[in-house]
Amino acid sequence: MMAATPLLQVRGLTRRYGARIGCRDVSFDLWPGEVLGIVGESGSGKTTLLKCLSAQLEPDAGQVVYATRDEGPRDIFALSEPRRRLLMRTDWGIVHQHPVEGLRMGVSAGANVGERLMAVGARNYGRIRASALDWLGRVEIARDRIDDMPRTFSGGMLQRLQIARNLVSSPRLVFMDEPTGSLDVSVQARLLDLLHGLVADLGLSVVVVTHDLAVARLLAHRLMVMRAGSVVEEGLTDQVLDDPQHAYTQLLVASILHP
Amino acid sequence: MSPNAVPPAPEFALAVTGLGKQFTLHVQGGVVLPVLSGMNLEVAPGECVALNGPSGAGKSSLLRLVYGNYRAQKGSIRVRHRGQVVDVATATPQKILELRRHTLGYVSQFLRVIPRVPAIDVVAEPARAVGMSLAEAEHRAERLLSRLRIPERLWSLPPATFSGGEQQRINLARGFVVDFPVLLLDEPTAALDADNRRTVMALIAEAKGRGAALLGIFHDAEVREAVADRVIAMRPPAMAA
Amino acid sequence: MDGYNFAYLDEQTKRMIRRAILKAVAIPGYQVPFASREMPLPYGWGTGGIQVTAAIIGLADTLKVIDQGADDTTNAVSIRRFFARTTGVATTERTADATIIQTRHRIPERSLRADQIIVFQVPIPEPLRWLEPRETETRKMHALSEYGAMHVKLYEDVARHGRIATAYDYPVMVGGRYLMRPSPIPKFDNPKLDRSPALQLFGAGREKRIYAVPPHTEVYSLDFEDHPFEVQKWEQACALCGAGDSFLDEVIVDDRGGRIFVCSDSDHCGERRAAGHVGAQPDALGQPADKVAP
Repeated sequence: MMAATPLLQVRGLTRRYGARIGCRDVSFDLWPGEVLGIVGESGSGKTTLLKCLSAQLEPDAGQVVYATRDEGPRDIFALSEPRRRLLMRTDWGIVHQHPVEGLRMGVSAGANVGERLMAVGARNYGRIRASALDWLGRVEIARDRIDDMPRTFSGGMLQRLQIARNLVSSPRLVFMDEPTGSLDVSVQARLLDLLHGLVADLGLSVVVVTHDLAVARLLAHRLMVMRAGSVVEEGLTDQVLDDPQHAYTQLLVASILHP
Repeated sequence: MSPNAVPPAPEFALAVTGLGKQFTLHVQGGVVLPVLSGMNLEVAPGECVALNGPSGAGKSSLLRLVYGNYRAQKGSIRVRHRGQVVDVATATPQKILELRRHTLGYVSQFLRVIPRVPAIDVVAEPARAVGMSLAEAEHRAERLLSRLRIPERLWSLPPATFSGGEQQRINLARGFVVDFPVLLLDEPTAALDADNRRTVMALIAEAKGRGAALLGIFHDAEVREAVADRVIAMRPPAMAA
Repeated sequence: MDGYNFAYLDEQTKRMIRRAILKAVAIPGYQVPFASREMPLPYGWGTGGIQVTAAIIGLADTLKVIDQGADDTTNAVSIRRFFARTTGVATTERTADATIIQTRHRIPERSLRADQIIVFQVPIPEPLRWLEPRETETRKMHALSEYGAMHVKLYEDVARHGRIATAYDYPVMVGGRYLMRPSPIPKFDNPKLDRSPALQLFGAGREKRIYAVPPHTEVYSLDFEDHPFEVQKWEQACALCGAGDSFLDEVIVDDRGGRIFVCSDSDHCGERRAAGHVGAQPDALGQPADKVAP
């Protein structure tokens, strides 16, 4: 897991909405292969932070320095827009809470998975389809569903399809916003298990936002606890959950049934 | 508190020095609960040290501190890790995870696993994490499950539905599947029958034989006497003061 | 016609449209916004094409108007009559004689020349619209040449039909830079777009866009390596002129299921017949149905 440089170096990231604070002065490093959980209640700034990190939202202050494959560490907001968009389509993945935000509902499952390949220039139908089939299998979607429309899929399948669509381009960094948030509890377990396995097998670096501490415990190596836009505590996941130091974290942990 | 009952140990595997820990419960108006203070101990390679004392003496907390599960406030917890000494009390999360992967094993009383993963994979996972091949990891997992008398029909099932004793044995198998240089055992035989207790004692003896340092809590006096080279008595900190 | 300027539009409007056309020619395949005017016919009837034609037509021009390849359909007839009345210029049904050809859904079979301009009527100019509903985003995609996802549509075709089934309005890359909808012409006509000596102009009235393919510009039809671009082929030849290489329309000739295939380009078919080419049923459309059927 340890490499010479972090994959992501975040410094002083701040985003306001007028007078209101989205997130304030957030700094951290994310190392290759590391899963960072961001936890907190709704409105704590988790999603704003994730959007700034993943270049979906421009911060008011601060830097997000990403270790690009070819040019080393670069502030993503200093990159030209084409480069940044290319990065987002290839080296990064974004898994939205609601799969419909991350999928094309009007085209088949196979096309959804194959799109990123085509977007970076794949022009061989046979190979694109083979990749799509492979990835459907890896996210436990039956191969004979490849030509079906996503609207015929269950919620859990849609979320797995969204994951396959993101991972097909072999990203190094994946942002996840409440990946299990829209699913029934019984389906959550399966998805978590799948994510856990994929992250470990592929050596992905992940920033996952969740309000569910059980999800954080299963997926994240490290946690940041956010409150009112600021990080109040961070550390090893089980340490933060089992020996919380900050009053807010203690309240958060005490408020749930089985962390 | 240097060991005097054993031959001179030139190198410790685990050394706890001046360790202090208290909980501040902000939710309950900032009540401070002292757990440990001025704790010192060393465990040499090939040695098994038992922690003994009434409940509330901080035995489990000490194991959790060593494992990095609790955050130390004072003192150091030095672990010999791949020829270096790492202080758990000050190590980065990344370093602690690396330590746990390669050096520090921990058998707790409770099994916490992902719901759908079969028992065999739960046990093999630590071995896979240190880079063992799938075949070798599964082979080791199977051997341990057999020795701990987990019926083969259960291997492919997720342990979430297992009985307390079965879950405990899955946990034990997970702890012994990798030859950890330092092994922390929190009542490893609590829910086991006599046969399995003997298996655990044998596993501990084998670990000592290969040079592992073990630090454990054994409620069962028979087990404790059989495996421990030394016993460290602990008392609740309020009484200790 | 009294009370109206030459070619209906006022001169300021024509200048505005010509400026858009010049920009479109300068940036092949790029959709230039323009202030589309209300025209005396409904959207979808060629308001974009008419404005382009009105802006470029002069007294010396000869105008041909086709709809689906034919000069005698309602749309073609009314547009031709519109320009005849508002300009007084000569009109023709002969491709060879025309200097401006306004078209809906076809390119004539006869190769166009450098002294000809073809004006396409375009319903929806944005090739990325089905993929991305936001105009701000499609403009960005054009600006950054982010066209890879366009193949998703072709992928869907192959997945569903085993081949690229898109038969008309088939997406093309213009000059290796801009993705373009060629308007709903059959893909049979796509090769004619490529490096044509004639200037090709596209007008979308409702969507207020003008774009162009300047003469001799490369126009590449998107495809896959293992499913290359192909045009439609027919087993039949034209029943009237016997042509085996033109775009054919299927025509029902009686009420008993009798059908024949004839050239969609009526001028091309007529020219061939005048030159002595004869198909299998040369009189099929020229006679009452009861005489054609056995």
